[in-house]
Amino acid sequence: MSAETWQQVVFWIFALLITGAGVLVVTTRNVIHAALWLVGALMGAAAMYVLLFAEFVAWVQVLVYVGAIVVLMLFGLMLTRAPIGSAEFDNNQRPLAALCAAAVFVVTSVILIGAFEGQEINFARTAGTSTESIGTAIFSSYVWPFEVVSILLLAALVGAVVIARRD
Amino acid sequence: MPEIALTTWQILLLKVAVILVVVPMGALVGGYAEHKVMAHLQHRLGPMYPGGFHGWATTLADGIKFLFKEDIIPAAADRKVFSLAPAAIMVPIIMVYLVIPMDRTLVVEDLDVGIFYLLAISSLSTIGILMAGWSSANKYALIGALRSAAQLIAYELPIVLSAAAVAMLAGTLSLNGIVEAQNFPFILWPPGIGLALFLVFVTGAVAEMTRVPFDMPVAESEIITGPFTEYTGMRYIFSHMFAEMGHMVAFGGIATTLFLGGYRPIIPWEPLELIPGVVWFAAKTMMMIFLFLWIRPTFPRVREDQLQKFAWKFLIPVSLALILFTGAWVLYV
Repeated sequence: MSAETWQQVVFWIFALLITGAGVLVVTTRNVIHAALWLVGALMGAAAMYVLLFAEFVAWVQVLVYVGAIVVLMLFGLMLTRAPIGSAEFDNNQRPLAALCAAAVFVVTSVILIGAFEGQEINFARTAGTSTESIGTAIFSSYVWPFEVVSILLLAALVGAVVIARRD
Repeated sequence: MPEIALTTWQILLLKVAVILVVVPMGALVGGYAEHKVMAHLQHRLGPMYPGGFHGWATTLADGIKFLFKEDIIPAAADRKVFSLAPAAIMVPIIMVYLVIPMDRTLVVEDLDVGIFYLLAISSLSTIGILMAGWSSANKYALIGALRSAAQLIAYELPIVLSAAAVAMLAGTLSLNGIVEAQNFPFILWPPGIGLALFLVFVTGAVAEMTRVPFDMPVAESEIITGPFTEYTGMRYIFSHMFAEMGHMVAFGGIATTLFLGGYRPIIPWEPLELIPGVVWFAAKTMMMIFLFLWIRPTFPRVREDQLQKFAWKFLIPVSLALILFTGAWVLYV
C-alpha cells in the first residue's frame, strides 16, 4: 500500500474513534465518564493533527485541552458534586442540549464548507518543520491579535481572582 | 561482520522494545538505589540479605511478592475506571522516554518539537491519578487525587517556563538540538541564570513526582497512600511505585538533557570526547537520580497551603523573571 492509502486508513480509524468517543461523551449518564470520553475524543483530534504534519498544534492540543482543561473539569467535578464511585449523575436537559449541538453543528459546517470547499490538502507540501513558521507568523503578521488575546486572558484571570476572593 | 540491513519499521520496533526494557529496569534500579541511598543517608544499612551482596535482589523480591498478591477491586468502585487508571498513569511515563536522546543517534525519535512533546505527555498522567482517586469510592483516595491534581497543575507551570527558557537559549525545540547547543552545559553558562533555571526545574520535577517534601497527595500519616489507597498487587506497583520510579528516572534524563549537556562531556575538552556519549548520559542521569533521592530524607513535608503558596507566589514569579533575564541574555550577550 502506498503512503497515501495508509494515511486514509489511519484517518478513518481515528475518525471512527473520535466520533464514537464524542457520542459517548453526550450519551453516558455519568458526568465523570463523559469527561473521560472527552479525553479520547481530544486525543483523537491530536492524532489527526499529527496526520496532517501539524505536530506543534497536535501537542498544543494535548497540553492545553487534555492536560489542562479536562484535568480542571475533572478536578471541578470531583471537588464539588460528582458522587464517588459508580453512581449515576445526570439531568433532564437532553432535548435542549441536542438542539444547541445541532445548531452549532450546522453553523460550523456552513462556515467551514463556505471557506474551504473544493480545496485539497497537499500532503507532500506540508512535510517538514512547521513550528518555526507558526512562531514567525504569530509574532509578525498576527502579533496584534496575539497581544489582544493575551490582554483578554489576563483580564479574565484577574476577574476570576476578584470573584473568588472572599474578603 | 555481516551487514545487517533493517527497514525503518524494524528499527523503530527494536527501539521501542529497548525502551520497554529500559523503563522497568530503570525503575528496579531506582527502587534499590532509593532503599540503599536513603538508608546510608540516615546512618542505617538498609536491605543487606536478599541476593547476598548488599541485598541487591530486594526490589526484585518485592516485585515478585506483589505479583502474587490478590487483585482486589472494592465493591463500591467504578470497576472499569478503577482497572484502567494504572495504565493511564503508566503509558504517558513510558512515552516520555521516546524522545530523550541517550546518545547522538540513540533516541527513538528526534522530534522537531521534542521538548514540547515531553511537557504535553508528562501532563497526561494527572488524568490517570484523578481516575484512580475518584473510582476507588474512598474519601482518602479522592482527597489524595484532588491534592495531586492541584499540585501537578501548580508545579507544571514552573517546569514549562524553565523549559521554555532553555528552548530560548538553544534556539530550538528539538532535544538533540538543545544538547548540541550546549558547548558548556546550560547549568554553568549563562552564569547564574542557568543554575537558577535548573533549581526551578528540579523543584518542579520533585513536586511532579509527588516525592518528599511535596508528597501531600500520598501523605501516609493522614491519607494512607492517597489515590492508590484501594489498589493491591500489580496494580498498586504499576500505579504508585513503578510510576514514581519511572517518573524519577525520566526527569533525571530530562534534566540531564536540558541543563547538564546530555550525552556531551561536561566541558568541551578533547580527551573527554573519547568517552562514549551514552556513558556521559548515564552518569549525569544517575547523578540527578541521586540528587532526587538525597532531597527525600533531607526536607520535611510541607503543608498543603504552603505547597500551593510556594508554587504560585514564589516559583512562578521567579521563573517568569528568569524568562525575562534569559531573553535579555539571548538578545544582548
